Amino acid sequence: MGGRSIAAGSMTLKGMVKHAIGSGRSVTYMPRPGDGAPRGVTLIPGDGIGPLVTRAVEQVMEAMHAPVYFERYEVHGDMKRVPEEVLESIRKNKVCLKGGLKTPVGGGVSSLNVQLRKELDLYASLVNCFNLPGLPTRHHNVDIVVIRENTEGEYSGLEHEVVPGVVESLKVMTKFCSERIAKYAFEYAYLNNRKTVTAVHKANIMKLADGLFLESCRQVATKYPSIRYNEIIVDNCCMQLVSKPERFDVMVTGNSLRFSFPPQNNDMNNVTPNLYGNLVANTAAGIAGGTGVMPGGNVGGDHAVFEQGASAGNVGNEKLVEQKEANPVALLLSSAMMLRHLRFPSFADRLETAVKRVISEGKYMTKDLGGVSTTQEVVHAVIANLD
Amino acid sequence: AVNGMIKYEEVVIDNCCMMFVKNPALFDVLVMPNLYGDNISDLCAGLVGAATLVRGIALAEAVYGSAPDIAGKNMGFECLFHEKFGKSNCFTAEWCSMLRHLNLHDKADLIQNAILNTIAEGKYQTADLGGKAKTIEFTNAIIDHL
Repeated sequence: MGGRSIAAGSMTLKGMVKHAIGSGRSVTYMPRPGDGAPRGVTLIPGDGIGPLVTRAVEQVMEAMHAPVYFERYEVHGDMKRVPEEVLESIRKNKVCLKGGLKTPVGGGVSSLNVQLRKELDLYASLVNCFNLPGLPTRHHNVDIVVIRENTEGEYSGLEHEVVPGVVESLKVMTKFCSERIAKYAFEYAYLNNRKTVTAVHKANIMKLADGLFLESCRQVATKYPSIRYNEIIVDNCCMQLVSKPERFDVMVTGNSLRFSFPPQNNDMNNVTPNLYGNLVANTAAGIAGGTGVMPGGNVGGDHAVFEQGASAGNVGNEKLVEQKEANPVALLLSSAMMLRHLRFPSFADRLETAVKRVISEGKYMTKDLGGVSTTQEVVHAVIANLD
Repeated sequence: AVNGMIKYEEVVIDNCCMMFVKNPALFDVLVMPNLYGDNISDLCAGLVGAATLVRGIALAEAVYGSAPDIAGKNMGFECLFHEKFGKSNCFTAEWCSMLRHLNLHDKADLIQNAILNTIAEGKYQTADLGGKAKTIEFTNAIIDHL
């Protein structure tokens, strides 16, 4: 402890230690030389409220002088494919931040959000749903992470009309994809000190498909004996989620629904197949405050794309866009996740703290949170609250 | 037929889940395919309190003899009718629904009122409603209210 002067009589040693522990600053992060070089991030403003909220992120990053620069690309939901130059940019930068892309209903055109995930093999989608102080919801102590398999399941996109009036839709589940999502979920839980991983499934009905998913989860669970593993059927999961969400921690799901239920402590991860994951994530987001505030990201072996947590295809309505009242909180928190992913923890902390301060003060909140502010007003409040 | 008097809307299932937990009053009657129905009905049940308080009718089954006018035959859909004014124990409530379909409305009303009065009284409630009564005690209480 050389170099520190102790003012005689002002504080005992014990008092100093206590003060230091409670001072709010953790043991410092030691970077490698050159870690501060600016990182390129592909930015896709998207449709609807997308441009508004991505602009918000750009403004806050600038105010923080964060070591990121954005390469903006226009992609819209009505395009046939994601342009090749955009994919090239993401492959080069390895990281992308995007607003939502409007997904057409029916019509045989696949969602560009889904296309992007498949092209870049972003096989894990993660949504963190948690209570924000200052935002009262029906439930407290919610802290759920939903990890959803992103590439197969009901989202395989394989449908055909057998005869007029009869359509077959294929749900494809593979051991390969189920195993890697289970591994990701357990690894996430291990790295983030989460206590439980819950697999969400409907194996009582889809015995082979979801049965395969469960088998994979069980196998991976044996390699993490310190993490509790349990399973829950998706319909029960929905019910528990709306009545006792504090029981969940990390949930892992196949493509549709992601739910996980943690035991009594709020430390759960859920792992789910694709469709369940989608539904669970959205329900959890609704429980904890809405899609306007929940952050999320998609990650694969080589790339990561960050976007608002739930409902990527929901780009808001026209009125929201016209009056510029979209909620930037979700994307701001997702960009904080991105900063951590890029190993800029201090910038991530500052951004997150500023956003949480604005929410807890309650003065500047957009309509979906019960306030009357515009997007810009919230952004200015966040910038004003930056350390 | 009441064409034009019933508002029809479509909603994507993930958005629906989110809206449901934020403001269930937005919805009235929901119709959806099998898996979504399974999940949404349990979600509703969680919102109102317990699975046993929600009644469901499988309209595709020919149990009641004649299918109701509003549903086609063998559609394979599960409709959830959420009563705004009361909760009913699910099994007895299904009997009520059946009695109504058979046009025995007065008998159905008798049973429904008995259930509502029992729950409102609060003396006999099963574990899922927050009480300690056994099923037989709850049932006897309903019978007493008939």
